[in-house]
Amino acid sequence: MNLIEIRDLTIGYDGKPVVSGLNFDISEGDYLCILGENGSGKSSLVKAILGLKSAYSGHIHFAQGFSRREIGYMPQKTEVQRDFPAGVFEVVLSGCQGAMGLKPFYGRAEKRRAASAMERLGITEIKNECYRNLSGGQQQRVLLARALCSADRMILLDEPTTALDPPSTAEFYRIIESLNSDDGVTVVMVSHDTAGALENSNRVLHLGGMESMFFGETADYVKTKLGKKFLGGDE
Amino acid sequence: MLLEMFSYSFITRAVVVGSLVSLCASLLGVSLVLKRYSMIGDGLSHVSFGAMSVAAALNVAPLALSVPVVLAAAFLLLRLSESSRIRGDAAIAVISSSALAVGVIVTSLTTGLNTDVCNFMFGSVLAMTDSDVALSVVLSVIVIVVFALFYNKIFAVTFDESFSRATGVRAGLYNTVIALLTAVTIVLGMRIMGALLISSLVIFPALSAMRVCRRFKSVALCAAGLSLCCFLFGMVASYAFETPVGASVVVVDLAVFGLFCFLGRRR
Ligand SMILES: Nc1ncnc2c1ncn2[C@@H]1O[C@H](COP(=O)(O)OP(=O)(O)OP(=O)(O)O)[C@@H](O)[C@H]1O
Ligand SMILES: [Mg+2]
Repeated sequence: MNLIEIRDLTIGYDGKPVVSGLNFDISEGDYLCILGENGSGKSSLVKAILGLKSAYSGHIHFAQGFSRREIGYMPQKTEVQRDFPAGVFEVVLSGCQGAMGLKPFYGRAEKRRAASAMERLGITEIKNECYRNLSGGQQQRVLLARALCSADRMILLDEPTTALDPPSTAEFYRIIESLNSDDGVTVVMVSHDTAGALENSNRVLHLGGMESMFFGETADYVKTKLGKKFLGGDE
Repeated sequence: MLLEMFSYSFITRAVVVGSLVSLCASLLGVSLVLKRYSMIGDGLSHVSFGAMSVAAALNVAPLALSVPVVLAAAFLLLRLSESSRIRGDAAIAVISSSALAVGVIVTSLTTGLNTDVCNFMFGSVLAMTDSDVALSVVLSVIVIVVFALFYNKIFAVTFDESFSRATGVRAGLYNTVIALLTAVTIVLGMRIMGALLISSLVIFPALSAMRVCRRFKSVALCAAGLSLCCFLFGMVASYAFETPVGASVVVVDLAVFGLFCFLGRRR
């Protein structure tokens, strides 16, 4: 089943389109990888899907029984977080906020949800640590746990492995892969690590102007000129 | 000496208003500093200065004019910094210097730079009336209740605004609430602290607390405590050494910041 269908989508800034005429679908259970050069509009597309940014034209259609609120989001790292005084548990819990409306305090249900997300990602031991003192890999896991807290039907990850060393990257991919295949979470991941990202994904969306746009199965992507160029560049 | 000090009713009023304003400013400051909006306090105080100068020239009650003007300015600043066209810090600089310029021109054309205007700049303990005291009590109750009730939401929005928006938290609403409360706090506090110094009440306690505390909650509590102590200490010092209140409080805040930097380094 298609959870999200995107038709003729055009997004941009200050009147200039960044991505135009985009068509693709995200189906339940997909592991979709979004590739493209810097500035090709990957993050902008992600924001448009999440409703953080409005589209110039075109449609983002959500399947019946599926809504934006069921997407867990892991943003590209922001500046503010570096010196932010926050405990790990607090950060993970804040993922529950969206579903809470005006309710002021976390109840037992939210705490249980946060605890189980942390359990799933193996960060229960660092529950009481301070977020800013964690390593890059641990921080990414905390943010992923927060995303899972907010929703676990689909997760949207924007360059989750950029700051990680190869072993942590591999470990992170393993976690995502297990969420996708064991728990049936639909995964949409923006990445620059073409080779690593293609290993587990079943579909690829490549952004980058009219001539180098691609959407389709991963197996087909690696055969195209575009795919070969991107994979070759990494090795 | 303390007894003697509190025998003056205007000092008692200033202490009450000042303590409550310090408390509010420090709580709001924690969020503002972390969101890189530290200068919003400075910008708003200049706007407030402009409004009060105009009010003095027109002979209307200063609060009656400056509260709505500063609220509007806070709202405008927030909108401006959300749109990507002008960066937040530049927007604040533009608005604050324009407001200051308007204030200075209006006063020089009408009343001249008299003591009233000087007090707007550098603060005075004499300015507080009973209605100011009432207003500051109401305000501080509102700030504390809002902060306590919305603590988790303020945390979420401050920590990661785009994530919060994406999950359906009404981040714009909480930003607006914080900006409006900041505006009222600034207007009340600047009568004592002065337009040039009030923003220190917003910034210093949060910065000092962040040197040693590792949790959002402890930073907020620590900032509130520090702010209160520094204000009281600065007030007493200003009485003892006959120095201006605003400047004395800022110096105490600075000293505490230095101390906390040192403590933070040691840990
Ligand atoms: N807030 C903004 N205002 C104006 N232009 C923007 C804004 N954000 C992004 N852009 C422009 O939109 C284009 C796409 O940006 P986007 O962040 O979506 O790229 P990206 O593919 O995510 O790049 P990266 O790989 O570096 O993360 C860029 O050319 C950028 O200059
Ligand atoms: Mg990006």
